[in-house]
Amino acid sequence: MRITEHPVLDFRRGEKVTFFYNGKAVEGYESETVAAALHAAGVRALSHSHELGRPRGIFCAIGNCSSCFMTVDGEPNVRVCVTKVRGGMRVEEQQGRGVIQYEEN
Amino acid sequence: MKKTEILVIGGGPAGLCAANAASSLGAKVLLCERDGVPGGQLVKQTHKFFGSEKQYAGDRGIQIGQMLLEQTQSDPNIEIYTDTTVLGIYEDGIATAEHDGAHLKIDAERIIVATGAAEKFLPFEGNDLPGVYGAGAVQTLMNVSGVRPAQRVLMVGAGNIGLIVSYQLMQAGVEVAAVIEGAPNIGGYLVHASKIRRLGVPILTQHTVLGAYGDGRVQRARIAQVDSSWQPVPGTEQDIECDAVCLAVGLTPLTELCWQAGCEMAYIRELSGHVPIVNEFLETTCSGIYAAGDVSGIEEASSAMVEGRLAGYSAAASLGHAPEKAAALQRAAQEELLELRSGPAGARILAGIAKVAEKGGRR
Repeated sequence: MRITEHPVLDFRRGEKVTFFYNGKAVEGYESETVAAALHAAGVRALSHSHELGRPRGIFCAIGNCSSCFMTVDGEPNVRVCVTKVRGGMRVEEQQGRGVIQYEEN
Repeated sequence: MKKTEILVIGGGPAGLCAANAASSLGAKVLLCERDGVPGGQLVKQTHKFFGSEKQYAGDRGIQIGQMLLEQTQSDPNIEIYTDTTVLGIYEDGIATAEHDGAHLKIDAERIIVATGAAEKFLPFEGNDLPGVYGAGAVQTLMNVSGVRPAQRVLMVGAGNIGLIVSYQLMQAGVEVAAVIEGAPNIGGYLVHASKIRRLGVPILTQHTVLGAYGDGRVQRARIAQVDSSWQPVPGTEQDIECDAVCLAVGLTPLTELCWQAGCEMAYIRELSGHVPIVNEFLETTCSGIYAAGDVSGIEEASSAMVEGRLAGYSAAASLGHAPEKAAALQRAAQEELLELRSGPAGARILAGIAKVAEKGGRR
């Protein structure tokens, strides 16, 4: 849930945008991280552990801990706690460890 | 290859002050910050700072961060790269970074490592469930993004961070079920503790969290009293209804780059982990590499700012910039640090620094 009234802070969230979480449309603001927007939408489990499939959510929210890896626009292992929302972005729960795509040059 | 005189790694209070100080003596600085906005943890600290006027006491952390950043941004000597993660420092002094989605090499004559700290974790059943958060994450969600982290939180740790974040949670409209603390005493300032007690939040000392439970997310936590050897006392378990467990159990220096650069390191309990051995000007055992702020020992933002200034002056002076002016400023910063460390919390830091001195450092 987003905070609308705060004694100290005044949140300027910017433009509202729509992105996709596992194919479903979710609303967020361009100033927010994907993790924050998903949290506001009630999504807590962002990934699952590889061996036991245990759910994983945000832990550090500053890009330290790797608990929030997701696939964003096809790119695996994106730390969504430090990735800003963009309109049309496709955010998916990652299956497996992800494969790095190399560009030929 | 990007060339600069001084590379500052990390744009928190220490890094911003280091950049500003080095530039004030005439040095050219490149500041690399991995986040999109510099400011470090100041960007989420809505509380007012203590200390003296020199460290901006009475201002809120967010205001201090904004002020330091404006100074840095308006300084033609300082270039800021945001969204830039420094990855390594090599034998030849070259640093590498991820910048704009590409690999960047940085050739700097001096490097100031101001990478800050990471949160400590706590072993208990279900500590990997979504809803178990570091205190910094809770602050980020509610104070940066304006999103309520939960409806009802169990706070683990009654140091200053645990107490302050509890109060901030209530300001954000979140209920705090209790603050628990393993030690027999509240670690943080009494003024913070009183504030949340007045709002009806119990602070249970000598209590620990045994587990977090729920279906795919935290729905309750179990706590228990601990004895003088920190072992749970059977029969004292109680369940707390909550949808988040917030861990405020301390920080540990983020020293990967110091290790990788080959700085001599030591485990100093009073400084909360492994730290680089530094001299009185905060230079590590690797010539030309300095460490300032939490990376050289966990303390408060106020001392991180002064350490940043000291390292900035020292690095600039070592390159021949205004050495006489620098000497006076270095001495003033050293005295300011002593003053900041004159209280009871400072005694612990000074004991840690004495241990650093025994290992060949001299600050």
